[in-house]
Amino acid sequence: MAIEIRPLEQFTIERLIPLHIGGVDVSYTNAAFLMTIAVMLVTALIMLGTRRHALIPGRWQSLAEMSYEFVADMVDSNVGPAGRQFFPFVFTLFMFILIANFLGMVPYSFAVTGQIVVTFALAAVVFIGVTIVGIVRHGFHFLRLFVPQGVPAVLLILLVPIELLSYCIRPFTLSIRLFANILAGHTMLAIFAGFAASIGLFGIFPLGINILLVALEVLVAALQAYVFAILTCLYLSDAINLH
Amino acid sequence: MDLASAKMIGAGLACIALVGAGIGIGNVFSALINSVARNPAAQGQVQPFAFLGFALAEATGLFGLAVAFLILFVF
Repeated sequence: MAIEIRPLEQFTIERLIPLHIGGVDVSYTNAAFLMTIAVMLVTALIMLGTRRHALIPGRWQSLAEMSYEFVADMVDSNVGPAGRQFFPFVFTLFMFILIANFLGMVPYSFAVTGQIVVTFALAAVVFIGVTIVGIVRHGFHFLRLFVPQGVPAVLLILLVPIELLSYCIRPFTLSIRLFANILAGHTMLAIFAGFAASIGLFGIFPLGINILLVALEVLVAALQAYVFAILTCLYLSDAINLH
Repeated sequence: MDLASAKMIGAGLACIALVGAGIGIGNVFSALINSVARNPAAQGQVQPFAFLGFALAEATGLFGLAVAFLILFVF
């Protein structure tokens, strides 16, 4: 019995509602569908959580409060009081990625964050937004971000291009980190599931490993959302506080 | 050497990146254990950083793994 393992098949994008406007393919795909669900779930969580303002929170309210406090804490400790106005942005980003990652873990669903297009779009929004915030706040002074303090002038010739480069590759590292984690995790699950299916009765061993891997992937799903959010905070802190 | 075997070798070579990730993750958690053993009260403060470091170190290994998958399944 030979079962062909196609671990990357799960990432194929299918058009659910084909739609072309002026030669541009804007079909409603399964990725768009999952993102819609993610947005609706986040909205539902917050709406349900804040519907009744009880002093002693119920389940929904305490879930909403916990996620709010978690992100608020993160923004406060990393950006400082000036970061308060960016809290909604970071919160939205965190919740969307978290829910999208968790939705990807549901069997037969689709890992939206395993698409480089999605993660790169998110990272590009962060990068462009942070750069605009920095320029608006500090104007020309923003360029001081690329000049390390207390360094001999000779070294600056070397350090400034490095700083500039490391600033410019931020959207790529930010997006590839999330994308590669989800892609590698889901591919690994599929490969082990393929092993389990193809070796008959002995498949119980790869299946056992797969169960542990699912637990690891759930951890990674939460962790990557956290990392994306905290890196956004650090970038914001760079732009607002200039080191 | 034909293309298929070259692909296999290339994918295997790309997985060497995981060495670095392993060392990095080991370093992160050994430092965490060290610092918590010295000062248990600091656990709450250092743990978030440890997990951030873990995720960053893990991601570098996954870049290599992603390259291996790309070689194997995309090209």
